[in-house]
Amino acid sequence: MDMKVAKKKLGLKEKYRTMTRDLGWEPSYHSKDELFPYVGYEGIKIHDWDKWEDPFRLTMDAYWKYQAEKERKFYAIIDAHAQNNGHLNLTDARYLSALKIFLQAISPGEYAAHRGFARVGREFPGVGPQVACQMQAIDEIRHAQTQVHAMSNYNRYYNGFHAFADQRDRIWYTSVARSFFDDSMSAGPFEFMIAIGFSFEYVLTNLLFVPFMSGAAYNGDMATVTFGFSAQSDEARHMTLGLEVIKFILEQDPDNLPIVQNWIDKWFWRGFRVLGLVSTMMDYMLPKRVMSWREAWEIYGVENGGALFKDLARYGITPPKGWDDAGKAIDHMSHQFMLGLYQWSFGTAFHAWIPSDDDMRWLSAKYPDTFDTYYRPRWEHIKKMAAAGTPFKNYGLAKLCQTCQLPCVFTEPDDPTLTCHRETDYKEHKYHFCSDGCQHVFENEPEKYIQAWLPMPQLFQDPVNGDLGEWMKWVSLLDGKDNGDYADSEDKKNFEVWRGLATTNQ
Amino acid sequence: MSTVFIALQANEETRPIIEAIEIDNPAAVVNRQPAMVKIDAEGSLVIRKATIEEQLGRSFDLQELHINLITLTGHVEEDDDSLTLSWNS
Ligand SMILES: [Fe+2]
Ligand SMILES: [Fe+2]
Ligand SMILES: [Zn+2]
Repeated sequence: MDMKVAKKKLGLKEKYRTMTRDLGWEPSYHSKDELFPYVGYEGIKIHDWDKWEDPFRLTMDAYWKYQAEKERKFYAIIDAHAQNNGHLNLTDARYLSALKIFLQAISPGEYAAHRGFARVGREFPGVGPQVACQMQAIDEIRHAQTQVHAMSNYNRYYNGFHAFADQRDRIWYTSVARSFFDDSMSAGPFEFMIAIGFSFEYVLTNLLFVPFMSGAAYNGDMATVTFGFSAQSDEARHMTLGLEVIKFILEQDPDNLPIVQNWIDKWFWRGFRVLGLVSTMMDYMLPKRVMSWREAWEIYGVENGGALFKDLARYGITPPKGWDDAGKAIDHMSHQFMLGLYQWSFGTAFHAWIPSDDDMRWLSAKYPDTFDTYYRPRWEHIKKMAAAGTPFKNYGLAKLCQTCQLPCVFTEPDDPTLTCHRETDYKEHKYHFCSDGCQHVFENEPEKYIQAWLPMPQLFQDPVNGDLGEWMKWVSLLDGKDNGDYADSEDKKNFEVWRGLATTNQ
Repeated sequence: MSTVFIALQANEETRPIIEAIEIDNPAAVVNRQPAMVKIDAEGSLVIRKATIEEQLGRSFDLQELHINLITLTGHVEEDDDSLTLSWNS
């Protein structure tokens, strides 16, 4: 017979202590230095790991309960989406370019974040960060899996979704995101936390996910709204961890400040460059726009980042070095980027296009200081070339920045008519950069970045040897299907046949 | 004072939570966007278990918030009865 035992319910703080801190132990047959060999070499000094506080005080049992609930909600909607031809509710199949970039470049980043947090969870001596990193490692692999699963529904009908894993490894533009995550994963454990936990999750992730999800909602993409929300519900915890990490490190020892500041400078700029892809999505790729890149930057960059750095000033932290240059780039970057994507669209596993007259009206309203002066004339010219049957294609190879791996398409911070280009000589080689920020990152750690895999040099090596057709095979790009102008694409034809004409942006 | 915010999915589960936040933070600004609700407040914002339970008509564990959270800013201070977001400056 069961006995009824009176169980006293533990309070949140007590429960967290019992189910987190009390899981740790003092090693007896190995020294702590042997157990945690990587925790010292970056120069960060930690005196008391027990000072680490998880503000949410989430314990593993509660974690599993809530994650299971999130998965149930996610699959209920994904199933409904698949069963009800959800793909036909899209505003327009142009929208899918944003999804293809996400699948090829961002979802693999989720997987990389999973590996990174699994690793640093093992390398930190404190139980608090071990548990938090373990949860985040599991979150991130869940994000990668649910995203791939949700987007696989589009792979049944549309081009450009079929080879994201090959493209993650081999195609040129995904190396921007890949090198970002590889850079963080090959750094020490504390730098990884500042890179991904703080700079990416806290400072920049809102700019990626919030507009992306709203974009999906505006454009009828139920599958993406769902994976976005499901992932994002973990992000608040990740962001909180990122803020906690930086406070903890700075409070432990004053010597940590210059090291941390240097990482903030580096990773803000690295992250800002990766997010350039998002700017094109918001300003060009969403048939139904949510807000402009500039507006998103005002809310999540200027206002929120401003509040954050004002708060951290009490530790001596200053806004990242590239902050002002970033502000100056905001009105230009999406246009410069999209012009690049259009002229190299023979080599992308998504479609680009010339903005319509409606699109351009919206762009000049959102970018009154720059669009009509610098970018509309270029698009009008490109439009004429396309109408004359000689569309503008650039078969020259882009010069890539050695640090961020983007083509050097950006302009000087104070002169939008002059391409920004920096170079550094190192050990008898010349290295090129898109910006002062990227050049600084290189010059602080040249031995790391001279080893970078760059997609353009790869073109001239086996098995491609400079042959465009061979390259397409190697990156699993189906010529005439996955690439090129949306106007001539199978995706457009099929979508219109299947659902009829799309809405406009008026 | 800097602004803190919290964003929640817009659904049946969060409707009473958002009402509770409005009751406890009369100066907060509620922005309703497609599929999400973003609540901004100057300096700090408090979410109280008791107020949510009144709106919901059942008991509520504050950690249930995690299911429908989208994003937040500021320092988080949580115990059994409330969750507070704040900036120090
Ligand atoms: Fe993630
Ligand atoms: Fe994350
Ligand atoms: Zn660069």
